[in-house]
Amino acid sequence: MNPLAERTDWYADSLTAASEVEGFGRDPWWLIIGKILAIFLFLIVMTIFTIWYERRVVGRMQHRPGPNRAGPFGLLQSVADALKLAFKEDITVSAADRLVYFAAPIISVTAAFIGYSVIPFGPEVSIFGHRTALQLADVEVSVLVVLAASSMAVYGVVLAGWSSGSPYSLLGGLRSAAQMISYEVGLGLSIVAVFMTAGTLSTSEIVAAQEAGQPYQIGGFELTLPAWYAILLFPSFMIFLISMVGETNRAPFDLPEAESELVGGFHTEYSSLKFALFFLAEYIAMMTMSGILITLFLGGWRAPWPISLWDGANSGWWPLLWFTGKLLILLFVFIWLRGTLPRLRYDQFMHLGWKVILPISLAWIVVLGGIRAVNDSADSEYLWLTVVGLVSLVALLIYLLPRPKDVRPQLDPGAGGFPIPPLDLEVPPSPRAARLPAARQATRQAVSAGTADTASTGPKEG
Amino acid sequence: MDGYLGGYASLGLLLIAAALLFVVAFGANRLLSPRNPSGAKTTTYECGIDPVPGDWAQAQIRYYVFAYLYVLFAVESVFLFPWAMVFDRPGFGVVTLVEMGVFIAVLALGLLYAWRKGVLRWT
Repeated sequence: MNPLAERTDWYADSLTAASEVEGFGRDPWWLIIGKILAIFLFLIVMTIFTIWYERRVVGRMQHRPGPNRAGPFGLLQSVADALKLAFKEDITVSAADRLVYFAAPIISVTAAFIGYSVIPFGPEVSIFGHRTALQLADVEVSVLVVLAASSMAVYGVVLAGWSSGSPYSLLGGLRSAAQMISYEVGLGLSIVAVFMTAGTLSTSEIVAAQEAGQPYQIGGFELTLPAWYAILLFPSFMIFLISMVGETNRAPFDLPEAESELVGGFHTEYSSLKFALFFLAEYIAMMTMSGILITLFLGGWRAPWPISLWDGANSGWWPLLWFTGKLLILLFVFIWLRGTLPRLRYDQFMHLGWKVILPISLAWIVVLGGIRAVNDSADSEYLWLTVVGLVSLVALLIYLLPRPKDVRPQLDPGAGGFPIPPLDLEVPPSPRAARLPAARQATRQAVSAGTADTASTGPKEG
Repeated sequence: MDGYLGGYASLGLLLIAAALLFVVAFGANRLLSPRNPSGAKTTTYECGIDPVPGDWAQAQIRYYVFAYLYVLFAVESVFLFPWAMVFDRPGFGVVTLVEMGVFIAVLALGLLYAWRKGVLRWT
Protein backbone atom coordinates (compact mmCIF):
# COMPACT_ATOMS: atom_id res chain seq x y z
CA MET A 1 0.00 0.00 0.00
CA ASN A 2 1.42 3.39 -0.87
CA PRO A 3 1.82 5.95 1.92
CA LEU A 4 -0.85 8.28 0.57
CA ALA A 5 -3.50 5.57 0.61
CA GLU A 6 -2.48 4.68 4.16
CA ARG A 7 -2.95 8.26 5.16
CA THR A 8 -6.41 8.54 3.68
CA ASP A 9 -7.40 5.24 5.32
CA TRP A 10 -6.23 6.50 8.64
CA TYR A 11 -8.12 9.72 8.13
CA ALA A 12 -11.38 7.91 7.37
CA ASP A 13 -10.95 5.81 10.51
CA SER A 14 -10.34 8.84 12.67
CA LEU A 15 -13.42 10.58 11.28
CA THR A 16 -15.72 7.72 12.21
CA ALA A 17 -14.09 7.47 15.63
CA ALA A 18 -14.33 11.18 16.21
CA SER A 19 -18.08 11.29 15.78
CA GLU A 20 -18.55 9.15 18.87
CA VAL A 21 -16.99 11.25 21.65
CA GLU A 22 -18.00 9.56 24.88
CA GLY A 23 -20.58 11.13 27.12
CA PHE A 24 -21.62 14.04 24.91
CA GLY A 25 -24.54 14.75 22.68
CA ARG A 26 -26.90 12.63 24.80
CA ASP A 27 -27.91 15.15 27.45
CA PRO A 28 -31.65 15.87 27.76
CA TRP A 29 -32.67 19.40 26.75
CA TRP A 30 -33.33 20.58 30.31
CA LEU A 31 -29.82 19.62 31.32
CA ILE A 32 -28.32 21.63 28.45
CA ILE A 33 -30.38 24.69 29.38
CA GLY A 34 -29.37 24.20 33.01
CA LYS A 35 -25.70 24.12 32.01
CA ILE A 36 -26.11 27.28 29.90
CA LEU A 37 -27.69 29.10 32.84
CA ALA A 38 -24.95 27.81 35.15
CA ILE A 39 -22.27 29.17 32.78
CA PHE A 40 -23.90 32.60 32.63
CA LEU A 41 -24.31 32.67 36.40
CA PHE A 42 -20.70 31.57 36.96
CA LEU A 43 -19.33 34.19 34.57
CA ILE A 44 -21.40 37.08 35.91
CA VAL A 45 -20.77 36.25 39.56
CA MET A 46 -17.07 35.81 38.82
CA THR A 47 -16.96 39.14 36.95
CA ILE A 48 -18.57 40.96 39.86
CA PHE A 49 -16.16 39.28 42.23
CA THR A 50 -13.10 39.90 40.03
CA ILE A 51 -13.73 43.64 39.78
CA TRP A 52 -13.79 43.84 43.57
CA TYR A 53 -10.80 41.46 43.82
CA GLU A 54 -8.79 43.53 41.35
CA ARG A 55 -9.50 46.83 43.11
CA ARG A 56 -8.65 45.38 46.51
CA VAL A 57 -5.42 43.73 45.34
CA VAL A 58 -4.25 46.79 43.40
CA GLY A 59 -5.17 48.88 46.43
CA ARG A 60 -3.05 46.72 48.67
CA MET A 61 -0.15 46.87 46.21
CA GLN A 62 -0.36 50.67 46.26
CA HIS A 63 -0.70 50.97 50.08
CA ARG A 64 -4.31 52.07 50.14
CA PRO A 65 -7.40 50.23 51.31
CA GLY A 66 -9.42 49.96 48.05
CA PRO A 67 -13.23 49.85 48.14
CA ASN A 68 -14.35 49.04 51.69
CA ARG A 69 -17.69 50.81 52.19
CA ALA A 70 -20.44 48.88 50.39
CA GLY A 71 -21.11 45.66 52.29
CA PRO A 72 -18.57 43.59 54.24
CA PHE A 73 -15.04 44.34 52.96
CA GLY A 74 -16.66 46.39 50.17
CA LEU A 75 -17.85 43.19 48.52
CA LEU A 76 -21.02 44.82 47.18
CA GLN A 77 -19.09 47.64 45.49
CA SER A 78 -19.22 46.15 41.99
CA VAL A 79 -22.92 45.29 42.39
CA ALA A 80 -23.53 48.95 43.21
CA ASP A 81 -21.46 50.04 40.22
CA ALA A 82 -23.35 47.72 37.87
CA LEU A 83 -26.70 49.01 39.12
CA LYS A 84 -25.53 52.59 38.75
CA LEU A 85 -24.58 51.96 35.12
CA ALA A 86 -28.03 50.51 34.39
CA PHE A 87 -29.67 53.70 35.72
CA LYS A 88 -27.52 56.03 33.60
CA GLU A 89 -28.75 57.75 30.46
CA ASP A 90 -27.76 55.92 27.29
CA ILE A 91 -26.26 58.58 25.02
CA THR A 92 -25.73 57.88 21.33
CA VAL A 93 -23.61 60.59 19.77
CA SER A 94 -25.09 62.15 16.66
CA ALA A 95 -22.03 61.29 14.55
CA ALA A 96 -22.35 57.57 15.35
CA ASP A 97 -23.40 54.84 12.93
CA ARG A 98 -26.33 53.66 15.05
CA LEU A 99 -26.68 50.01 14.07
CA VAL A 100 -22.98 49.18 14.29
CA TYR A 101 -22.68 51.29 17.44
CA PHE A 102 -25.38 49.14 19.04
CA ALA A 103 -24.01 45.81 17.77
CA ALA A 104 -20.36 46.30 18.79
CA PRO A 105 -20.70 45.71 22.57
CA ILE A 106 -22.94 42.71 21.93
CA ILE A 107 -20.33 41.16 19.61
CA SER A 108 -17.65 41.78 22.24
CA VAL A 109 -19.54 40.04 25.06
CA THR A 110 -20.73 37.12 22.91
CA ALA A 111 -17.22 36.47 21.60
CA ALA A 112 -15.89 36.56 25.15
CA PHE A 113 -18.22 34.03 26.77
CA ILE A 114 -18.63 31.56 23.90
CA GLY A 115 -15.20 30.10 24.75
CA TYR A 116 -16.53 28.93 28.11
CA SER A 117 -18.92 26.49 26.46
CA VAL A 118 -16.07 24.14 25.56
CA ILE A 119 -14.00 24.39 28.74
CA PRO A 120 -14.36 21.29 30.93
CA PHE A 121 -15.09 22.13 34.58
CA GLY A 122 -14.98 18.58 35.83
CA PRO A 123 -15.46 14.87 35.14
CA GLU A 124 -18.78 13.06 34.78
CA VAL A 125 -21.16 13.73 37.64
CA SER A 126 -24.71 12.69 38.34
CA ILE A 127 -27.40 15.40 38.04
CA PHE A 128 -30.92 14.15 38.88
CA GLY A 129 -29.96 10.65 37.85
CA HIS A 130 -28.24 11.65 34.60
CA ARG A 131 -24.54 10.99 34.13
CA THR A 132 -23.08 14.03 32.40
CA ALA A 133 -19.74 15.78 32.08
CA LEU A 134 -19.36 19.27 33.55
CA GLN A 135 -18.96 20.85 30.13
CA LEU A 136 -21.56 22.32 27.82
CA ALA A 137 -20.28 21.07 24.47
CA ASP A 138 -17.30 18.99 23.48
CA VAL A 139 -17.04 19.35 19.75
CA GLU A 140 -13.99 17.59 18.32
CA VAL A 141 -12.31 20.84 17.38
CA SER A 142 -13.21 22.69 20.58
CA VAL A 143 -9.92 24.57 20.83
CA LEU A 144 -10.62 25.98 17.37
CA VAL A 145 -13.99 27.25 18.62
CA VAL A 146 -12.16 29.22 21.28
CA LEU A 147 -9.68 30.63 18.75
CA ALA A 148 -12.51 31.59 16.40
CA ALA A 149 -14.35 33.34 19.22
CA SER A 150 -11.28 35.28 20.26
CA SER A 151 -10.81 36.41 16.65
CA MET A 152 -14.42 37.61 16.59
CA ALA A 153 -13.64 39.76 19.63
CA VAL A 154 -11.53 41.93 17.32
CA TYR A 155 -14.70 42.89 15.44
CA GLY A 156 -16.37 44.13 18.62
CA VAL A 157 -13.51 46.45 19.40
CA VAL A 158 -12.76 47.74 15.91
CA LEU A 159 -16.42 48.30 15.03
CA ALA A 160 -16.96 50.15 18.30
CA GLY A 161 -14.06 52.44 17.43
CA TRP A 162 -15.20 52.95 13.85
CA SER A 163 -18.89 53.56 14.57
CA SER A 164 -18.44 56.09 17.37
CA GLY A 165 -17.59 58.89 14.97
CA SER A 166 -14.74 60.17 17.10
CA PRO A 167 -11.04 60.32 16.16
CA TYR A 168 -9.98 59.01 19.56
CA SER A 169 -12.26 56.00 19.27
CA LEU A 170 -11.13 55.34 15.72
CA LEU A 171 -7.46 55.40 16.65
CA GLY A 172 -8.14 53.25 19.72
CA GLY A 173 -10.06 50.74 17.63
CA LEU A 174 -7.31 50.53 15.01
CA ARG A 175 -4.65 50.12 17.63
CA SER A 176 -6.47 47.31 19.33
CA ALA A 177 -7.19 45.57 16.04
CA ALA A 178 -3.47 45.58 15.18
CA GLN A 179 -2.61 44.50 18.71
CA MET A 180 -5.11 41.66 18.94
CA ILE A 181 -4.22 40.19 15.54
CA SER A 182 -0.51 40.41 16.35
CA TYR A 183 -0.92 38.40 19.53
CA GLU A 184 -3.52 36.09 18.02
CA VAL A 185 -0.70 34.71 15.85
CA GLY A 186 1.41 33.86 18.91
CA LEU A 187 -1.61 32.36 20.61
CA GLY A 188 -2.43 30.10 17.67
CA LEU A 189 1.14 28.92 17.19
CA SER A 190 1.78 28.24 20.89
CA ILE A 191 -1.07 25.73 21.13
CA VAL A 192 0.23 23.75 18.14
CA ALA A 193 2.77 22.23 20.54
CA VAL A 194 -0.08 21.05 22.78
CA PHE A 195 -1.79 19.38 19.83
CA MET A 196 1.47 17.75 18.84
CA THR A 197 1.88 16.26 22.30
CA ALA A 198 -1.72 15.36 23.05
CA GLY A 199 -2.67 14.34 19.51
CA THR A 200 -6.17 15.78 19.78
CA LEU A 201 -8.07 19.06 19.42
CA SER A 202 -10.71 18.25 22.02
CA THR A 203 -10.43 20.05 25.38
CA SER A 204 -11.65 17.12 27.47
CA GLU A 205 -9.13 14.78 25.84
CA ILE A 206 -6.31 17.27 26.35
CA VAL A 207 -7.17 17.32 30.07
CA ALA A 208 -7.21 13.52 30.07
CA ALA A 209 -3.79 13.47 28.38
CA GLN A 210 -2.37 15.46 31.31
CA GLU A 211 -3.50 12.88 33.84
CA ALA A 212 -0.09 11.31 34.42
CA GLY A 213 3.43 11.79 33.15
CA GLN A 214 4.74 9.56 30.38
CA PRO A 215 7.73 7.31 31.12
CA TYR A 216 10.81 8.31 29.17
CA GLN A 217 14.03 6.39 28.49
CA ILE A 218 17.31 8.25 28.36
CA GLY A 219 20.69 6.52 28.54
CA GLY A 220 19.31 3.47 30.33
CA PHE A 221 17.48 5.48 33.01
CA GLU A 222 13.72 5.71 33.11
CA LEU A 223 12.30 9.10 34.03
CA THR A 224 8.70 10.16 34.41
CA LEU A 225 8.00 13.33 32.44
CA PRO A 226 5.92 15.99 34.19
CA ALA A 227 2.22 15.59 33.49
CA TRP A 228 1.32 19.25 33.11
CA TYR A 229 2.11 20.74 29.73
CA ALA A 230 3.09 23.97 31.50
CA ILE A 231 6.33 22.23 32.52
CA LEU A 232 6.68 19.79 29.64
CA LEU A 233 6.10 22.49 27.00
CA PHE A 234 7.41 25.44 28.97
CA PRO A 235 8.18 27.73 25.96
CA SER A 236 4.63 27.29 24.65
CA PHE A 237 3.27 28.03 28.09
CA MET A 238 5.21 31.29 28.35
CA ILE A 239 4.22 32.36 24.82
CA PHE A 240 0.58 31.62 25.56
CA LEU A 241 0.75 33.53 28.85
CA ILE A 242 2.22 36.64 27.21
CA SER A 243 -0.06 36.49 24.16
CA MET A 244 -3.06 36.01 26.41
CA VAL A 245 -2.38 39.30 28.19
CA GLY A 246 -1.92 41.03 24.81
CA GLU A 247 -5.06 39.46 23.41
CA THR A 248 -7.24 40.62 26.31
CA ASN A 249 -5.85 44.19 26.14
CA ARG A 250 -4.78 44.12 29.77
CA ALA A 251 -1.89 46.02 31.35
CA PRO A 252 0.98 46.22 30.44
CA PHE A 253 -0.49 45.81 26.95
CA ASP A 254 -3.51 48.08 27.48
CA LEU A 255 -2.57 50.45 24.67
CA PRO A 256 -6.05 50.57 23.07
CA GLU A 257 -7.43 52.36 26.10
CA ALA A 258 -4.30 54.27 27.08
CA GLU A 259 -5.98 57.00 29.11
CA SER A 260 -3.13 59.44 28.77
CA GLU A 261 -3.14 59.26 24.96
CA LEU A 262 -6.60 58.32 23.71
CA VAL A 263 -9.10 59.39 26.42
CA GLY A 264 -10.80 55.98 26.75
CA GLY A 265 -9.83 54.37 23.45
CA PHE A 266 -12.54 52.54 21.54
CA HIS A 267 -15.18 52.99 24.26
CA THR A 268 -14.80 56.76 24.68
CA GLU A 269 -18.32 57.45 23.40
CA TYR A 270 -20.08 54.61 25.16
CA SER A 271 -22.23 55.07 28.24
CA SER A 272 -24.74 53.25 30.42
CA LEU A 273 -25.39 49.56 29.69
CA LYS A 274 -23.27 49.50 26.52
CA PHE A 275 -20.24 50.65 28.48
CA ALA A 276 -21.05 48.04 31.13
CA LEU A 277 -21.09 45.39 28.40
CA PHE A 278 -17.57 46.33 27.30
CA PHE A 279 -16.49 46.10 30.91
CA LEU A 280 -18.14 42.69 31.20
CA ALA A 281 -16.49 41.56 27.96
CA GLU A 282 -13.03 42.50 29.22
CA TYR A 283 -13.42 40.52 32.43
CA ILE A 284 -15.08 37.53 30.77
CA ALA A 285 -12.30 37.48 28.15
CA MET A 286 -9.75 37.37 30.98
CA MET A 287 -11.56 34.42 32.50
CA THR A 288 -11.99 32.61 29.18
CA MET A 289 -8.32 32.95 28.35
CA SER A 290 -7.36 31.80 31.86
CA GLY A 291 -9.73 28.86 31.52
CA ILE A 292 -8.10 27.85 28.24
CA LEU A 293 -4.66 28.20 29.78
CA ILE A 294 -5.73 25.96 32.68
CA THR A 295 -7.21 23.40 30.30
CA LEU A 296 -4.28 23.29 27.89
CA PHE A 297 -1.31 23.69 30.21
CA LEU A 298 -2.25 23.39 33.90
CA GLY A 299 -3.97 20.03 33.98
CA GLY A 300 -7.51 21.36 33.57
CA TRP A 301 -9.84 20.50 36.44
CA ARG A 302 -7.43 17.91 37.86
CA ALA A 303 -6.17 18.54 41.36
CA PRO A 304 -2.61 19.87 41.75
CA TRP A 305 0.05 17.69 43.33
CA PRO A 306 -0.40 17.69 47.12
CA ILE A 307 -4.18 17.40 46.83
CA SER A 308 -4.00 14.74 44.12
CA LEU A 309 -2.55 12.30 46.67
CA TRP A 310 -6.08 12.08 48.05
CA ASP A 311 -7.95 9.44 46.01
CA GLY A 312 -11.29 11.23 45.79
CA ALA A 313 -9.79 14.51 44.56
CA ASN A 314 -10.57 13.97 40.90
CA SER A 315 -14.10 12.64 41.20
CA GLY A 316 -17.53 14.07 41.89
CA TRP A 317 -17.94 17.83 42.27
CA TRP A 318 -14.53 18.51 43.82
CA PRO A 319 -12.80 19.36 40.49
CA LEU A 320 -15.04 22.43 40.21
CA LEU A 321 -13.22 23.74 43.26
CA TRP A 322 -9.74 23.03 41.85
CA PHE A 323 -10.70 24.71 38.58
CA THR A 324 -12.00 27.82 40.33
CA GLY A 325 -8.90 27.91 42.52
CA LYS A 326 -6.58 27.83 39.50
CA LEU A 327 -8.74 30.48 37.83
CA LEU A 328 -8.44 32.80 40.84
CA ILE A 329 -4.67 32.36 40.88
CA LEU A 330 -4.43 33.25 37.17
CA LEU A 331 -6.68 36.28 37.66
CA PHE A 332 -4.35 37.33 40.44
CA VAL A 333 -1.48 37.11 37.94
CA PHE A 334 -3.36 39.48 35.62
CA ILE A 335 -3.88 41.94 38.47
CA TRP A 336 -0.30 41.54 39.65
CA LEU A 337 0.97 42.45 36.17
CA ARG A 338 -1.26 45.51 36.18
CA GLY A 339 -0.01 46.56 39.59
CA THR A 340 3.66 46.07 38.68
CA LEU A 341 4.45 46.84 35.05
CA PRO A 342 4.24 50.18 33.24
CA ARG A 343 2.49 50.31 29.87
CA LEU A 344 4.63 49.45 26.84
CA ARG A 345 5.21 51.89 24.02
CA TYR A 346 3.50 50.89 20.79
CA ASP A 347 6.73 50.16 18.88
CA GLN A 348 8.09 48.06 21.76
CA PHE A 349 4.85 46.18 21.84
CA MET A 350 4.83 45.37 18.11
CA HIS A 351 8.53 44.48 18.31
CA LEU A 352 7.79 41.92 21.01
CA GLY A 353 4.91 40.40 19.08
CA TRP A 354 6.44 40.07 15.63
CA LYS A 355 10.19 39.87 16.21
CA VAL A 356 10.36 37.87 19.43
CA ILE A 357 7.22 35.80 20.01
CA LEU A 358 6.54 34.81 16.41
CA PRO A 359 10.05 33.54 15.44
CA ILE A 360 10.41 31.73 18.77
CA SER A 361 7.05 30.00 18.25
CA LEU A 362 7.99 28.86 14.75
CA ALA A 363 11.40 27.59 15.84
CA TRP A 364 9.92 25.80 18.85
CA ILE A 365 7.41 23.91 16.69
CA VAL A 366 10.20 22.67 14.42
CA VAL A 367 12.41 21.74 17.38
CA LEU A 368 9.59 19.89 19.13
CA GLY A 369 8.73 18.00 15.95
CA GLY A 370 12.39 17.01 15.64
CA ILE A 371 12.58 15.83 19.25
CA ARG A 372 9.51 13.67 18.88
CA ALA A 373 10.64 12.19 15.57
CA VAL A 374 14.00 11.31 17.10
CA ASN A 375 12.34 9.70 20.13
CA ASP A 376 10.13 7.57 17.94
CA SER A 377 12.95 6.24 15.77
CA ALA A 378 14.97 3.17 16.71
CA ASP A 379 18.61 4.26 17.13
CA SER A 380 17.79 7.42 19.03
CA GLU A 381 21.18 8.07 20.63
CA TYR A 382 22.97 8.49 17.31
CA LEU A 383 20.16 10.74 16.07
CA TRP A 384 20.28 12.79 19.25
CA LEU A 385 23.87 13.73 18.50
CA THR A 386 22.86 14.81 14.99
CA VAL A 387 20.05 16.95 16.32
CA VAL A 388 22.22 18.63 18.95
CA GLY A 389 24.86 19.27 16.28
CA LEU A 390 22.31 20.77 13.89
CA VAL A 391 20.78 22.99 16.56
CA SER A 392 24.14 24.34 17.63
CA LEU A 393 25.06 24.95 13.97
CA VAL A 394 21.87 26.98 13.45
CA ALA A 395 22.46 28.89 16.68
CA LEU A 396 26.00 29.70 15.52
CA LEU A 397 24.71 30.88 12.12
CA ILE A 398 22.13 33.15 13.75
CA TYR A 399 24.82 34.54 16.02
CA LEU A 400 27.19 35.22 13.13
CA LEU A 401 24.57 36.79 10.82
CA PRO A 402 25.27 40.45 10.11
CA ARG A 403 22.91 42.59 12.11
CA PRO A 404 21.17 45.51 10.44
CA LYS A 405 22.47 48.78 11.80
CA ASP A 406 20.11 51.07 13.65
CA VAL A 407 19.41 53.68 10.95
CA ARG A 408 16.81 55.66 12.85
CA PRO A 409 17.69 59.34 12.63
CA GLN A 410 18.55 60.91 15.96
CA LEU A 411 15.83 63.49 16.42
CA ASP A 412 16.68 66.74 18.11
CA PRO A 413 14.23 67.04 20.96
CA GLY A 414 12.63 70.44 21.11
CA ALA A 415 13.73 71.82 17.74
CA GLY A 416 12.48 69.84 14.74
CA GLY A 417 11.64 66.58 16.48
CA PHE A 418 9.09 65.65 19.06
CA PRO A 419 7.39 68.43 20.98
CA ILE A 420 9.41 67.97 24.14
CA PRO A 421 10.36 71.12 26.06
CA PRO A 422 14.12 71.76 25.99
CA LEU A 423 16.04 70.59 29.03
CA ASP A 424 17.59 74.02 29.68
CA LEU A 425 14.20 75.72 29.76
CA GLU A 426 14.23 78.95 31.74
CA VAL A 427 11.01 79.57 33.58
CA PRO A 428 10.01 83.26 33.60
CA PRO A 429 9.14 84.71 37.01
CA SER A 430 5.57 84.12 38.01
CA PRO A 431 3.24 87.09 37.33
CA ARG A 432 1.63 86.40 40.67
CA ALA A 433 4.85 87.34 42.44
CA ALA A 434 4.15 91.03 41.80
CA ARG A 435 0.74 90.78 43.44
CA LEU A 436 2.08 89.39 46.73
CA PRO A 437 1.44 91.57 49.79
CA ALA A 438 4.13 94.12 50.47
CA ALA A 439 4.61 92.79 53.98
CA ARG A 440 5.62 89.35 52.75
CA GLN A 441 7.92 90.94 50.18
CA ALA A 442 9.56 92.87 53.02
CA THR A 443 9.94 89.74 55.16
CA ARG A 444 11.49 87.89 52.25
CA GLN A 445 13.95 90.74 51.68
CA ALA A 446 14.80 90.80 55.37
CA VAL A 447 15.34 87.03 55.41
CA SER A 448 17.53 87.09 52.32
CA ALA A 449 19.51 90.03 53.75
CA GLY A 450 19.91 88.07 56.99
CA THR A 451 21.19 84.97 55.22
CA ALA A 452 23.54 87.12 53.17
CA ASP A 453 24.85 88.62 56.40
CA THR A 454 25.41 85.28 58.09
CA ALA A 455 26.99 83.95 54.95
CA SER A 456 29.44 86.83 54.81
CA THR A 457 30.12 86.93 58.54
CA GLY A 458 30.32 83.15 58.93
CA PRO A 459 33.94 82.65 57.88
CA LYS A 460 35.16 85.56 60.01
CA GLU A 461 33.69 84.03 63.15
CA GLY A 462 35.25 80.68 62.35
CA MET B 1 -29.25 16.46 20.62
CA ASP B 2 -27.19 13.50 19.53
CA GLY B 3 -24.99 12.62 16.62
CA TYR B 4 -22.03 14.44 15.17
CA LEU B 5 -23.55 17.93 15.36
CA GLY B 6 -24.99 17.56 18.87
CA GLY B 7 -22.23 19.68 20.41
CA TYR B 8 -22.83 22.45 17.91
CA ALA B 9 -26.54 22.41 18.74
CA SER B 10 -25.63 23.22 22.36
CA LEU B 11 -23.49 26.09 21.09
CA GLY B 12 -26.49 27.36 19.11
CA LEU B 13 -28.68 27.16 22.23
CA LEU B 14 -26.04 29.16 24.08
CA LEU B 15 -26.27 31.90 21.45
CA ILE B 16 -30.08 31.96 21.70
CA ALA B 17 -29.84 32.24 25.49
CA ALA B 18 -27.36 35.09 25.03
CA ALA B 19 -29.74 36.89 22.67
CA LEU B 20 -32.52 36.60 25.27
CA LEU B 21 -30.18 37.94 27.92
CA PHE B 22 -29.35 40.97 25.78
CA VAL B 23 -33.04 41.65 25.05
CA VAL B 24 -33.83 41.56 28.77
CA ALA B 25 -30.82 43.71 29.68
CA PHE B 26 -31.50 46.39 27.07
CA GLY B 27 -35.22 46.36 27.92
CA ALA B 28 -34.46 46.91 31.60
CA ASN B 29 -31.99 49.63 30.71
CA ARG B 30 -34.64 51.35 28.54
CA LEU B 31 -37.14 51.29 31.42
CA LEU B 32 -34.75 52.35 34.17
CA SER B 33 -32.65 55.06 32.59
CA PRO B 34 -33.66 58.65 31.84
CA ARG B 35 -33.79 59.78 28.22
CA ASN B 36 -33.47 63.43 27.32
CA PRO B 37 -30.75 63.89 24.72
CA SER B 38 -29.63 67.43 23.95
CA GLY B 39 -27.32 68.92 21.37
CA ALA B 40 -24.45 69.28 23.80
CA LYS B 41 -24.74 65.68 25.02
CA THR B 42 -24.67 64.14 21.59
CA THR B 43 -21.57 65.90 20.33
CA THR B 44 -18.37 63.90 20.10
CA TYR B 45 -16.20 64.10 23.20
CA GLU B 46 -12.85 65.74 22.59
CA CYS B 47 -11.58 66.62 26.05
CA GLY B 48 -14.18 69.32 26.62
CA ILE B 49 -13.42 71.60 23.66
CA ASP B 50 -15.66 71.84 20.59
CA PRO B 51 -14.87 68.93 18.25
CA VAL B 52 -12.78 69.65 15.19
CA PRO B 53 -15.08 69.30 12.16
CA GLY B 54 -15.20 65.78 10.78
CA ASP B 55 -15.31 62.61 12.81
CA TRP B 56 -12.46 61.02 10.90
CA ALA B 57 -8.77 60.71 11.60
CA GLN B 58 -5.83 59.78 9.45
CA ALA B 59 -4.52 56.32 10.21
CA GLN B 60 -1.17 54.89 9.28
CA ILE B 61 -0.90 52.52 6.33
CA ARG B 62 1.12 50.18 8.57
CA TYR B 63 -2.06 48.76 10.04
CA TYR B 64 -2.86 47.20 6.67
CA VAL B 65 0.57 45.59 6.39
CA PHE B 66 0.11 43.99 9.78
CA ALA B 67 -3.33 42.78 8.76
CA TYR B 68 -1.81 41.05 5.71
CA LEU B 69 0.91 39.48 7.82
CA TYR B 70 -1.74 38.26 10.22
CA VAL B 71 -3.63 36.54 7.41
CA LEU B 72 -0.39 34.84 6.37
CA PHE B 73 0.31 33.37 9.78
CA ALA B 74 -3.30 32.66 10.76
CA VAL B 75 -3.68 30.54 7.64
CA GLU B 76 -0.36 28.90 8.47
CA SER B 77 -1.58 27.84 11.90
CA VAL B 78 -4.76 26.44 10.34
CA PHE B 79 -2.53 24.20 8.21
CA LEU B 80 -0.41 23.30 11.24
CA PHE B 81 -3.29 22.08 13.43
CA PRO B 82 -4.22 18.91 11.47
CA TRP B 83 -0.54 18.18 10.88
CA ALA B 84 0.20 18.45 14.61
CA MET B 85 -2.42 15.81 15.37
CA VAL B 86 -1.14 13.14 13.02
CA PHE B 87 2.57 13.68 12.40
CA ASP B 88 3.85 11.05 14.83
CA ARG B 89 1.34 8.32 14.05
CA PRO B 90 2.37 5.23 12.13
CA GLY B 91 2.58 5.76 8.39
CA PHE B 92 3.82 9.34 8.47
CA GLY B 93 7.41 9.38 9.68
CA VAL B 94 10.26 11.79 9.01
CA VAL B 95 9.01 12.78 5.54
CA THR B 96 5.98 14.50 7.08
CA LEU B 97 8.25 16.36 9.44
CA VAL B 98 10.54 17.56 6.67
CA GLU B 99 7.57 18.64 4.55
CA MET B 100 6.24 20.77 7.37
CA GLY B 101 9.74 22.10 8.01
CA VAL B 102 9.88 23.30 4.39
CA PHE B 103 6.42 24.88 4.71
CA ILE B 104 7.37 26.73 7.91
CA ALA B 105 10.68 27.78 6.37
CA VAL B 106 8.92 29.37 3.35
CA LEU B 107 6.67 31.37 5.64
CA ALA B 108 9.55 32.28 7.93
CA LEU B 109 11.31 33.59 4.82
CA GLY B 110 8.30 35.86 4.26
CA LEU B 111 8.60 37.16 7.79
CA LEU B 112 12.33 37.69 7.30
CA TYR B 113 11.62 39.64 4.09
CA ALA B 114 9.13 41.89 5.89
CA TRP B 115 11.66 42.31 8.68
CA ARG B 116 14.53 43.33 6.39
CA LYS B 117 12.22 45.63 4.44
CA GLY B 118 11.65 47.48 7.70
CA VAL B 119 7.90 46.85 7.70
CA LEU B 120 7.94 45.52 11.25
CA ARG B 121 9.58 48.64 12.63
CA TRP B 122 7.03 50.97 14.13
CA THR B 123 8.43 54.46 14.42
